[in-house]
Amino acid sequence: MDNESQYSGYSYKSSHSRSSRKHRDRRDRHRSKSRDGSSRGDKSVTIQTPGEPLLDAESTRGDERDDNWGETTTVVTGTSEHSISNEDLTRITKDLEESTPLECKRFVGPALGGCLSFFALLTPLAFLILPQVLWRDALDPCGTPCEGLYVSLAFKLLVLLISSWALFLRPPRATLPRFFVFRCLLMVLVFLFVASYWLFYGVRVLEPRERDYRGIVEYAASLVDALLFIQYLALVLLEVRHLQPAFCLKVVRSTDGASKFYNVGHLSIQRAAVWVLDRYYSDFSVFNPALLNLPKSILSKKMTGFKVYSLDESTTNNSSGQSRAMIAAAARRRDNSHNEFYYEEAEMDRRVRKRKARLVVAVEEAFTHIKRFHEDEAASYLKLPREVMDPREAAQAIFAPMARAMQKYLRTTRQQAFHSMESILTHLQFCITHNMTPKAFLERYLSPGPTVQYQQQNGRGRQWTLVSEEPVTSALRQGLIFSLRRLDFSLVVTVMPLPFLRLGEEFIDPKSHKFVMRLQSETSV
Amino acid sequence: MSNFMPGQPLVAVVQRIEIKKLRQGENLILGFSIGGGIDQDPGQNPFSDDKADKGIYVTRITPGGPADAANLRMGDKIMQVNGYDMTMMTHDQARKRLTQKKEDVVRLLVTRKSLEEAVKTSMGGCYPRQ
Repeated sequence: MDNESQYSGYSYKSSHSRSSRKHRDRRDRHRSKSRDGSSRGDKSVTIQTPGEPLLDAESTRGDERDDNWGETTTVVTGTSEHSISNEDLTRITKDLEESTPLECKRFVGPALGGCLSFFALLTPLAFLILPQVLWRDALDPCGTPCEGLYVSLAFKLLVLLISSWALFLRPPRATLPRFFVFRCLLMVLVFLFVASYWLFYGVRVLEPRERDYRGIVEYAASLVDALLFIQYLALVLLEVRHLQPAFCLKVVRSTDGASKFYNVGHLSIQRAAVWVLDRYYSDFSVFNPALLNLPKSILSKKMTGFKVYSLDESTTNNSSGQSRAMIAAAARRRDNSHNEFYYEEAEMDRRVRKRKARLVVAVEEAFTHIKRFHEDEAASYLKLPREVMDPREAAQAIFAPMARAMQKYLRTTRQQAFHSMESILTHLQFCITHNMTPKAFLERYLSPGPTVQYQQQNGRGRQWTLVSEEPVTSALRQGLIFSLRRLDFSLVVTVMPLPFLRLGEEFIDPKSHKFVMRLQSETSV
Repeated sequence: MSNFMPGQPLVAVVQRIEIKKLRQGENLILGFSIGGGIDQDPGQNPFSDDKADKGIYVTRITPGGPADAANLRMGDKIMQVNGYDMTMMTHDQARKRLTQKKEDVVRLLVTRKSLEEAVKTSMGGCYPRQ
């Protein structure tokens, strides 16, 4: 209601705008509504004037308008009035949940595995050392064969150590909801192995004080061999088995339909979920809640069909038939909301392109203001009163002329929540330092990048919920559907098997490629 | 124009057309153009039903010429010229057959689809068709 009244005060009609006034009406009403709902960053100055939405539509008038951080360079003024919107609330709750104390659950698994492998690696050495320490005099002297065994033992232990470091001592990528079956299996196997070796050692060697030292060394060597084979098994189960692609996963984001297809091998559902999320952060464009549905101005048209009330109490066949006919006629009535949508989209495209053009020009111009200063040029210059700046200052210096164009562009494409002034300055500084062109600087803003680009680096990690009808440790198979849920959107994953390929062979003799001309002549007789 | 099976006898309804050649200067002309032949590409023929038919077809008739006067129509397939078979001819051989300097008159046997339709309708259902 407010919008209508304030709009009537402005009878300004621009000759630049090509769309009809009727469309501009609806556009402005919608835009001012969304403007009220948008959020600003903490450090910005927001002045929401009622006349703003109208004037924004006109390209010529917008230039002289005083806008927020576009004009006020780097000085932050004290007054800021901003409204908490729904986006702010969800963001705050997300931050709260992510700032919970460091979860120790993340490190239990690796710690346990580490202890076990440490114990397993020390065992052969213990087997060798204990007889020497306890009953050294009673041992049979052992010559060259023992030395050979010592060397091979040492090298095998070294190989075990290095490969364990390479394969298993990596920071864990994710905590899974259920036990990781293969890893548990392997840890149990290692534990049983080592325990049984200790058992036999205790019974056969320690108790009777075995004197054949060579036998003891061979026993230790056999343990190391067995450990090497278990590590081979671990390598195959954990790293190699899922490399050969067997299924195609279709991942669809529930809010805007962004989808991707990935090929994976044989994995359990939870491992496949981790795999998909790894790819999600770098492949999918960032989720922008501002870009979701059709503007309400278009959808609401559909709701106002006419309702048929029959005031007449008598329900004769004629009247009910008549009302049914009226309802059917109402349903078939031509509804123009698709028309509205089309024009709104066209107008939005035009606006985005216009803003983009201005932004590109402004940035190009801004970049021409500075250039790199080379040390060897200093000598050839005759004391020109130029101050030498570091990248941060240079960035701040050239930021002011492009700031307004940037801000308007971000507002039009609804990306303003992702880029604060500070982040833009930092990025500008980064680009200047690395000699990037204006186009390279703008690459970050002209298209929405993958989610990982917008992440703050905190150690808390992201909370995802795996929703599945099957137990999550079961293997992937055809037709399985599971989804990964986050607070405001979810990823739905469908599993499809890759087809079995029957490859045939056909040999073509290189001399068999021959051609003739196609003749079509017409002769008059 | 029934489907042609190589090696099998061909049955078609034909019309006899006699064209008197017209003398124009040194040449004797008939007033039409031919296309097709066993050395040509049959897929380009706009007049044939079966695009594998490599016969000789009339592609153009000069209006007011001798062929036009003799009722030759565009799209006719020429089966015989003066007794010589034209269904298995190269384009050049066909041209030579039609432009013999010693002959004043050519007697053509041509076939077209409307002939078959006409015969079928006139004879009812008892037309021996391959």
